[in-house]
Amino acid sequence: MLRLIGCTVDAGNSSAGYVGAGPHHDACSRQTTGFGSVRGVATSVRPAQGWLTAGAKATTPGAAVDLFEYQGKQLFARYGIPVSAGNVAVTVDEAVAAADAAGYPVVVKAQVQVGGRGKAGGIKLANDAAEVRLHAGNILGMDIKGHLVKRVWVENASDISEEYYASFTLDRGAKKYLGMLSAQGGVEIEQVGEEKPEAIARIHIDPAEGLSDAQVRGWVAAAKLNPIATEGAVDILKKLFTAYTEGDTDLAEINPLILTPDNRVHALDAKVTLDENAEFRHPEWAEYAATQEMDERERAAKEKGLNYIGLDGTVGIIGNGAGLVMSTLDIVTQVGGTAANFLDVGGGAGATLLANAIEVINNDPNVRAIFINIFGGITKCDEVANGIVEAMGRVELRSPMVVRLDGTNAVEGRAILAGHVSDTLIPAATMLEAAQRVVAIAGGM
Amino acid sequence: MSIFVDKSTRVVYQGLTGSQGSFHGLRNRAYGTQVVAGTNPKKAGTDVEGVPIFATVADAVRETGANASCIFIPAPGVASAVMEAAQGGVEFIVVITEGVPAHDEARFFNVLKRDYPHVQLLGPNCPGVITPGECNIGITPGEIALAGGSVGIVSRSGTLTYQALHELTQLGIGQSTCVGIGGDPVPGTSFIDCLSRFQADPATEAVIMIGEIGGSAEEEAAEYIKTKMTKPVVTYIAGQTAPPGKKMGHAGAIISGGKGTAEAKISALRDAGCDVARNPTEIGGLMAERLRKG
Repeated sequence: MLRLIGCTVDAGNSSAGYVGAGPHHDACSRQTTGFGSVRGVATSVRPAQGWLTAGAKATTPGAAVDLFEYQGKQLFARYGIPVSAGNVAVTVDEAVAAADAAGYPVVVKAQVQVGGRGKAGGIKLANDAAEVRLHAGNILGMDIKGHLVKRVWVENASDISEEYYASFTLDRGAKKYLGMLSAQGGVEIEQVGEEKPEAIARIHIDPAEGLSDAQVRGWVAAAKLNPIATEGAVDILKKLFTAYTEGDTDLAEINPLILTPDNRVHALDAKVTLDENAEFRHPEWAEYAATQEMDERERAAKEKGLNYIGLDGTVGIIGNGAGLVMSTLDIVTQVGGTAANFLDVGGGAGATLLANAIEVINNDPNVRAIFINIFGGITKCDEVANGIVEAMGRVELRSPMVVRLDGTNAVEGRAILAGHVSDTLIPAATMLEAAQRVVAIAGGM
Repeated sequence: MSIFVDKSTRVVYQGLTGSQGSFHGLRNRAYGTQVVAGTNPKKAGTDVEGVPIFATVADAVRETGANASCIFIPAPGVASAVMEAAQGGVEFIVVITEGVPAHDEARFFNVLKRDYPHVQLLGPNCPGVITPGECNIGITPGEIALAGGSVGIVSRSGTLTYQALHELTQLGIGQSTCVGIGGDPVPGTSFIDCLSRFQADPATEAVIMIGEIGGSAEEEAAEYIKTKMTKPVVTYIAGQTAPPGKKMGHAGAIISGGKGTAEAKISALRDAGCDVARNPTEIGGLMAERLRKG
């Protein structure tokens, strides 16, 4: 039996496999993989939609939102999945109150969306209020790989007999849901996936049919969990599937799912990614907006309804459609420039949105020239042109703009710009010509 | 010949009374598409510039013989709009709307597959399909396409679809059909669905396929091209310089876990005998060269 702890232990407390290693999501997944924590587990599996990886903190409209552990656990609890008694705390006093309510011993866990929090000292066992005070005091405000710890999760420590892994996500190739379950959960699940893929039992679930009781039982049997865990696992997997589907999550993962010495099955961690496209039917998600972490440029852009990702170059880029914007980055790089950002105004952008986009780019001190690349479909080039003119009146532009307009209402759009052509507004006929001109202004690498 | 749509396609627009629906629906009609009906339960009996509005798709099918639907309904209503279209009796459903929840897509795709296997869904979050000179359904600006040609186009990205049409048209190369499949997690129509139809279409001599980083749809398409296609395929993959791990907007466009990189896709496509353009401008030139070689 492994002694303890909310899925993670600091050195000296446990068997070798656990010492100093965080729970799976500390160890790896948010940093390195697009697919939960099981990179390499399923070669046929696509990354969960919108999974955000290390350093990419952008949360874009229509994208995905990664929940903190405590938010995931609270969500699981709402679907009846057993989680440890606990609470989130932003001060030492709150942490002590949470520990008193949860019952000692407790685990104090830093709430950050970055790997390695266990190794960084962000997860500690506390046997009494004084220890909670000490550890919470140290952990709150700690910097873990550039992430400031603003909250801790304090929960009753669990005794662990066995650790399992369970998750649901979308297999984009099969166009079906994929469930994965393993008797060998815990921090090494990625390695299990790579070295012993047969140790992970997988099922495809037809989204039109849902998950049947017989299917769950067959799946649990295939995973060869301890028979004593069967009923508990079946119950949790059904509830996790409901949380996955009704909760509109891209990923619902428990690692580890534990069996306790008194034969209870219990979720000791929670990893949940929400599909932001479903926000309209989840008013309860409003609370997550305040805790999402992103850089200031990205937050400002998101508030204006823009899909923005900050990069390090000198050419500010605005385009419509992710593919065209990526391809604009490509062509700028190919002619010797560097992109300062990815900014997709999306489909159907009007003048004000375009003006806002220019304003966001203009506020980036690295930008030396701006490339506006629009191919109108649902977006109308005359509205884009009006947005450019609006921005020129509203914003003190620090950099020249090179503009390429094609597609819907392009003739009208070019005519609007024609009256404003200057050193700061340069029309270009093609994407390649525009790239060359903008890079000539911004300078090469 | 062409794929999916032609002169005989009769289209009902779900959402024709909205601002986007009416702009693009009427634009499609001006292009020559048979825009035979719109739907809106509250406005049945009225018309949008002569296009009759019905309460349901079933009514529109019965009264006008519509056999395709184009959906401009806001995202929350798309799932029920798709089911209404299938129940109403159309065989081709194009969903332009973006921002549809992934679980909705997964469900209606599989329900259609189970209950309406003859129905072809395109999208969501796609620009639609155009057979130049015959039928344009969706938001593709028809004037950039050139009729009477033999090049088929399939693309995951909307705006790059237009770019590819534009590049070919500039060179005087016409298109048989151009399909934007969209970049959502569960696209109704895949690359392979289109490639197999282009391979079978006598009017198509060569194909342009435009992919993006992320996922493995391009790798699967490469395998199909290698084993099943005899017609030449010119490809472009967007996001060749995107930093790993950065999600670039499309739900599908992310590099992760070493899979789905531009390099992996390009290498698979080259291995399948495809020409691979470095940027969208090169697509036209490579295709012109292919067609010259025959």
